[in-house]
Amino acid sequence: MSFEVLWRYAPALLSGFGVTILCWSAGAVIGIVVGFAISLIYRLNFAPLRWLLRVYVEIIRGTPFLVQLFLLYSGGPFIGLRLEATTAGILGLGIYSSAYFAEVFRAGFSAVPRGQIEAAQCIGMNPFDILWRISLPVMLVATLPAIVNLLIILSKETVILSIITVPELMYQMQTMAAETFTAFDAIFAMAIFYWLLVEAVSRLGYRLERRVTAYMAPATGAS
Amino acid sequence: MRRRVMQPQVLLHSLPYMTLAAGMTIYVSLAGIALGAALGFAVCVARLSGNRLLQRGGAFYVSFFRGVPLLVQLLFIYYFLAEFGIDVPAMAAAIGGLGCASGAFQAEILRGALNAVPPGQAEAAIAFGFSRADVWRRILLPQALRISVPPLINEFTLLLKASSLVSVVGIAELTRVSMNIASSTYRPLEAYLGAGLFYLAINLCLAGLGDLAERRLAAGTAR
Repeated sequence: MSFEVLWRYAPALLSGFGVTILCWSAGAVIGIVVGFAISLIYRLNFAPLRWLLRVYVEIIRGTPFLVQLFLLYSGGPFIGLRLEATTAGILGLGIYSSAYFAEVFRAGFSAVPRGQIEAAQCIGMNPFDILWRISLPVMLVATLPAIVNLLIILSKETVILSIITVPELMYQMQTMAAETFTAFDAIFAMAIFYWLLVEAVSRLGYRLERRVTAYMAPATGAS
Repeated sequence: MRRRVMQPQVLLHSLPYMTLAAGMTIYVSLAGIALGAALGFAVCVARLSGNRLLQRGGAFYVSFFRGVPLLVQLLFIYYFLAEFGIDVPAMAAAIGGLGCASGAFQAEILRGALNAVPPGQAEAAIAFGFSRADVWRRILLPQALRISVPPLINEFTLLLKASSLVSVVGIAELTRVSMNIASSTYRPLEAYLGAGLFYLAINLCLAGLGDLAERRLAAGTAR
């Protein structure tokens, strides 16, 4: 392991790390917003729209992320969609994760006890307040583990962006490897880095989960 | 001359190559699942064994291979063995990478399923004088396998999609072949749409197969 090389390439690697974080967070935000919108439309009782979204979700979930990315990045210009690599990467991550988030939110909404919604209706809450004050908090707590899991999966998918030349960490690492003949060191460092990242995120998620569910069950030992 | 957005004949011409490539995708995925099943079983047994060292090793394996992105793992295998002067054939690296990653997930699926078998059954079997091997062979495994069919099918669809990454090490599977078609015909839209359709079709077949298997297995338990 040559730390000297890593040190020399530190600026490039840091910028790559920045791009990785940017793609990850921006992609996740798009995915969550679009996925949430889809899960809300599912709840409207309008069958044609629901079928359309069902087809969207199934197509996205049934094809590999890499193929979607190629379609967006190199197929896009043929339908007038000319995107820069990073933009295409973020958009691709957003579209890809939106289908998975939509499914998670849909399951979360169906976990909200009907009685709570009916009670809210009885005391005259308007539909928006019911969503905002009753359904949403219950749904978010129920789906938190699934959301964290999706975020972890998404963080690993960002590596694939290097294939369409998004200058994220993997891309910078491979550039370094090619220029200095340190392929093994580079890939080793990448493996350790992502392993630590995923471990950290899952620990964080676990603690967050404990925090938001603390009110639900009394701590063991308490009467 | 007006450029047409879509030229379906490109797809028609490349259909034979795509079909062959789809076969390769299925082959690599099946091999990956099989290797993953063997590794997953071994890791699961290690984690449930009484030996602390084996437990730690199994937990480390699962954490590492679930935490490191598959693309990094694939290149890692490539370079790791090359570091010791072993020239890895691309196919071995591809199947090895998919299998190692899948092994971590399958170990967790099997562990979850084994935990779902009521402990009283194993205790009853031991009380009847079954040997440890017989408890596994006749009580635990048949039930655990039945419980793990739905998540295993899910894992298979995930692996099928992950197999698109194998294109990076140069296996002529669906994604690689569609890349080649895209670059030789300058029609990436058609090529990647075609690849997407193939993946979708395979996944739909898998989902159907999964439903069938689930119903057949459920028939055994219904009273």
